[in-house]
Amino acid sequence: MAVVAPEATLEFSRPAGDTLVLRLSGAWTIHERLPSVDDVERELEAGGAVRRLLFDTECLAAWDSALLTFLLRVAAQADGRGVAACRGGLPEGVRRLLALAMAVPERRDIGTAAARLSWLARVGLATLEGVRDAGVTLTFVGAVSIAFARSLLGRARYRRSDFLLVLQEVGAQALPIVSLISFLVGVILAYVGAIQLRQFGAQVYVADLVGIGMTREMGAMMAAVIMAGRTGAAFAAQLGTMQVNEEIDALTTLGISPIEFLVLPRMLALAVMMPLLALYADLLGLLGGMAVGVGMLDLGVVEYYLRTIGAIGLDDCVAGLIKASVFGVLIAMAGCLRGIQCGRSSAAVGAATTSAVVTGIVLIIVSDAATTVIFDLIGL
Amino acid sequence: MSAPDLRIEVRDLDMRYGERVIQRDLNFTVRTDDIFVIMGGSGCGKSTLLRHLIGLVRPARGDVFYDGESFWTADPDERDRMTRRFGVLYQSGALWSSLTLAENVALPLGEYTDLDAHRIAELVSLKLALVGLAGFEEFYPSEISGGMRKRAGLARAMALDPDILFFDEPSAGLDPISSKLLDDLILELRASLGATVVVVTHELASIFAIATNCVFLDAETKTMIATGAPKVLLEQPPDPKVRQFLTRGASNGRKPHG
Repeated sequence: MAVVAPEATLEFSRPAGDTLVLRLSGAWTIHERLPSVDDVERELEAGGAVRRLLFDTECLAAWDSALLTFLLRVAAQADGRGVAACRGGLPEGVRRLLALAMAVPERRDIGTAAARLSWLARVGLATLEGVRDAGVTLTFVGAVSIAFARSLLGRARYRRSDFLLVLQEVGAQALPIVSLISFLVGVILAYVGAIQLRQFGAQVYVADLVGIGMTREMGAMMAAVIMAGRTGAAFAAQLGTMQVNEEIDALTTLGISPIEFLVLPRMLALAVMMPLLALYADLLGLLGGMAVGVGMLDLGVVEYYLRTIGAIGLDDCVAGLIKASVFGVLIAMAGCLRGIQCGRSSAAVGAATTSAVVTGIVLIIVSDAATTVIFDLIGL
Repeated sequence: MSAPDLRIEVRDLDMRYGERVIQRDLNFTVRTDDIFVIMGGSGCGKSTLLRHLIGLVRPARGDVFYDGESFWTADPDERDRMTRRFGVLYQSGALWSSLTLAENVALPLGEYTDLDAHRIAELVSLKLALVGLAGFEEFYPSEISGGMRKRAGLARAMALDPDILFFDEPSAGLDPISSKLLDDLILELRASLGATVVVVTHELASIFAIATNCVFLDAETKTMIATGAPKVLLEQPPDPKVRQFLTRGASNGRKPHG
């Protein structure tokens, strides 16, 4: 049978005119309803001036931190009124804990800087932070460029096995997800196109739509978005965790450039793999389009194939591959930059990962727009 | 049946990772008023034993009893109830980095009590004051020093007024003064709260300062080779390795002459 704890009660008595005794009985624990400190305040205000506060805890059945918080508030009230609170009547453990709690005075001269600043100051600080961030990004790009140049001269220090491992991670291991997404994008393109083109009896042009759309744009774009979410985030998490564990500091103190040792293999691997993944995505997208063309539009496989071959030019493929290479470098750059910039806590690793994905996707879209305009200008 | 003042009883405990034996045939008891130290050389399985005691790893064999109740044969709900009696200070403090110190301490109170926000805030302030961190409520773990993080971790460990406090290498990474302050805090909390304290450490100064009882784990034989008060073990070591450990290798495993 469960034992019911006696209710916490507080009684007052005045053995002398200037002395108030607080009689605490029952269980004063966090699971019980406790008397209010306001009762003590009312009692201190009532009657004559109180100079001494005594405690009687003979009937105290149980106590924990709840009693301590109550007593701390009583002590604060007594202090404010110049009443001497004598702790002699309290259990020894309570007295020791109260002494411990009051041993180090509360620090009021501290507090996080952000909490005290006005919004104007915060905007200013955010702007300065943005400028600093831009500087850090430029420095990073410069360091990566130098590391790349050193690698061309065969002087960059990184483990070739790391490069091959990353190559496998970003390439072969990404094939299933790239296959699925690209095939479905091909299906979607063909389906949307078919609905419109069928109205004019021009459904055979679905092959042209899917072929040009995939090779020039969607193959590289979808592979890049997948890589930003999958590989860019992984790069940021890996390097961020290394930052937290001081592994990057250890490299630096050994005189090994973290950019060469950690960033370069990732950057090279993604730059090499992205065009190949884009080509693969193009192929899967074309197959998706063909599935719709043959299944829905009653086109023959050979007919669809011939239309596709006729529609796609070498310039379309080249344009797609150039875009894929640019996307690869940018995704790797965003992932590694956010990882290297990561703070030293697990929350910072999460923030770095999120930031890597967002930065990566923004860079993909912006660079895609820029390259499309450039290709138009140069007639590619 | 356990004696009334026995808080923890470890019975025939084997610890393994896969096929690899970490420790076997562990048998020892911890009394209610003990500051019990688990000691031994690096890699002997001290922290692993702690993880078995607090329910993070299931033993390969044997059991742990708390106040006579079997921990590992209890159903999961009962085990959860038992673990709520534990407070654990992890080696790094293990504070949740996305929460402020106040939120770190308040989380268990919010989860396991019906207290309103005002009373939780009062309790949080008390716990932080007990470890000398009054006024640091709104700080994030990344904004304070390693020693402060450890003390904040202790405040969180004490949030629910636990019956048993576990410390994993409390002195690790602290300077001697901070380490001594933490030892004093452990002694003070033990005396005032009346909680049983179990400490994993190999810091000799801490062992001799706080331990009332200890167990020595040996990495070579993969079992415990001594239990008792540290001063007694120093004077009458049951195994030369224990004396060697307690004298920082000065006796080279042999008893001193004279």
